[in-house]
Amino acid sequence: MPEITREEVAHLARLSRLALEDTELDGLAVQLDVILGAVAQISEVTDAADVPPTTHAVPVENVHRPDVVTPSLPREDVLAGAPAAEEGRFRVPRILDEDA
Amino acid sequence: MTDLTRLTAVETAAAIAAREVSAVEVAQAHLDRIAAVDGAVHAFLHVDTEGALAQAERVDAGEVSGPLAGVPLGLKDVIVTKGVPTTVGSRILEGWIPPYDATVTERLRAAGVVVLGKTNMDEFAMGSSTEHSAYGPTHNPWDLTRIPGGSGGGSAAAVAAYEAPLAIGTDTGGSIRQPAAVTGTVGVKPTYGGVSRYGLVAFSSSLDQAGPCARTVLDAALLHEAIGGHDPRDSTSIDAPVPPVVEAARRKDVTGLRVAVVKELTGEGYEPGVQERFDEAVALLQELGATVTEVSCPHFAYALPAYYLIAPSEASSNLARFDSVRYGLRVGDDGVNSLEEVMSQTRAAGFGAEVKRRIILGTYALSSGYYDAYYGQAQKVRTLITRDFRAAFESADVLVSPASPGVAFPLGAKLDDPLAMYRQDLATIPSNLYGGPAMSLPVGLSEGLPVGLQVMAPTMRDELLYQVGGALEAALHDRWGGPLLASAPELEV
Repeated sequence: MPEITREEVAHLARLSRLALEDTELDGLAVQLDVILGAVAQISEVTDAADVPPTTHAVPVENVHRPDVVTPSLPREDVLAGAPAAEEGRFRVPRILDEDA
Repeated sequence: MTDLTRLTAVETAAAIAAREVSAVEVAQAHLDRIAAVDGAVHAFLHVDTEGALAQAERVDAGEVSGPLAGVPLGLKDVIVTKGVPTTVGSRILEGWIPPYDATVTERLRAAGVVVLGKTNMDEFAMGSSTEHSAYGPTHNPWDLTRIPGGSGGGSAAAVAAYEAPLAIGTDTGGSIRQPAAVTGTVGVKPTYGGVSRYGLVAFSSSLDQAGPCARTVLDAALLHEAIGGHDPRDSTSIDAPVPPVVEAARRKDVTGLRVAVVKELTGEGYEPGVQERFDEAVALLQELGATVTEVSCPHFAYALPAYYLIAPSEASSNLARFDSVRYGLRVGDDGVNSLEEVMSQTRAAGFGAEVKRRIILGTYALSSGYYDAYYGQAQKVRTLITRDFRAAFESADVLVSPASPGVAFPLGAKLDDPLAMYRQDLATIPSNLYGGPAMSLPVGLSEGLPVGLQVMAPTMRDELLYQVGGALEAALHDRWGGPLLASAPELEV
């Protein structure tokens, strides 16, 4: 099964929003290859072809509640746990390019 | 005077209700025990002295009563607690104070349970040794150089070290049962949906389930009953009464019960000493009047790979919420870096190696081109494992196996070999994939260390675990002349 390259790991890290060090990428490429080699056994299960997938252990569907407004957590309590807040809102770093 | 930390939860609650001792005295005795031994064990990440004593005072004032009123408990640090730090064993949530209580936390408070503090765990519950905690490992009270299991090693060790008679764990692939097995305690993963996940920091939402840790089967049943039951705030919570677990734990009779040994969960891969204690316990069940057979669950051989595709996939999605905006750590916010750069730097700094490994693995398994071969196939295998369980339960009331392939291993022994660590969950994972309840209880020692037997039951038949566990425990205590934990070495205080 797959040989996972360092470049692939770097791509996955970018998708996952993980700014990994070069040494971490090297280590993960080796480890993922071993782990994927082991989990790839799953392809040996040939009688799975026509089987429906299970997404959840206990089938429950369409759980509704009455459409009634209930109190939310107090805003100041929630913002107290945020890394940065301003004017009653979460403060985030720059989200647009300088020249945008 | 009796050492209050040696009492069971049942004995503790009875002594408090009879006013032989106050809840404050009980709480203080356990806080003192923590102060004396937790430097060596490191079961707790945070001790809430003030909150514990305040709750004990409420019990003493008669403001709250019930079968567990005044009983101390260690709460796994994955369950949120209003006003009390919750880290999930991770740097990314260091210092975060949740603004709300989990349903489990609320129910414990309402039952008069005294929460002593938050217990140590592998970061985000990913691990089998508690060595992946960002705050250092927990040590096994039986041998401080060994692991207490994981991810709920803190909860199991707290119970085994008499720091608390009860604890709450969570079990995604064995994180309650494997620690119970290697610490000589009782641990139960209830039926999926049997205990609310509201306020449980999510790892793998289709598998995560909170449950009781205790020193006896009956204590576990009382705790199970206290935290279980429908919760409208968790849409996957089962809208049905809690199975009659307490009554079943008291029955101590397995006459005519059909017990089946799962062929695929014995033999190769299990230490000889573990296999011997397991075989002896099965023979004892037969002596007690159960009928014992063997069943084959052929797809269990693929439970481990299915789990290590499904759980990391769900984790990679769930852990996206740690975005450096709403809670926890923020790194690199220098006014120049973009949100995306700050997010990436924060997550790289805040997550440990195992968490990064699983996020990357899950992202890979979910990527286009690989989705069908990995995640899709794993979900189909999950269906086949469920069918194996259903077929086995046509001829058996419960299934049994060793709970863990080996006894507690030395700290550090498997830290550099993720696959060897993952194999610790060999026997426990099938029940998570199926959703059924499962218990580990102590059945003896191998190499001087505890061995656990696992009982697995059909979904919403949790009482069967307690019926088997209660009967087996009583017979073993007769044989041993007391609980297994009584033979654990004394911790130096």
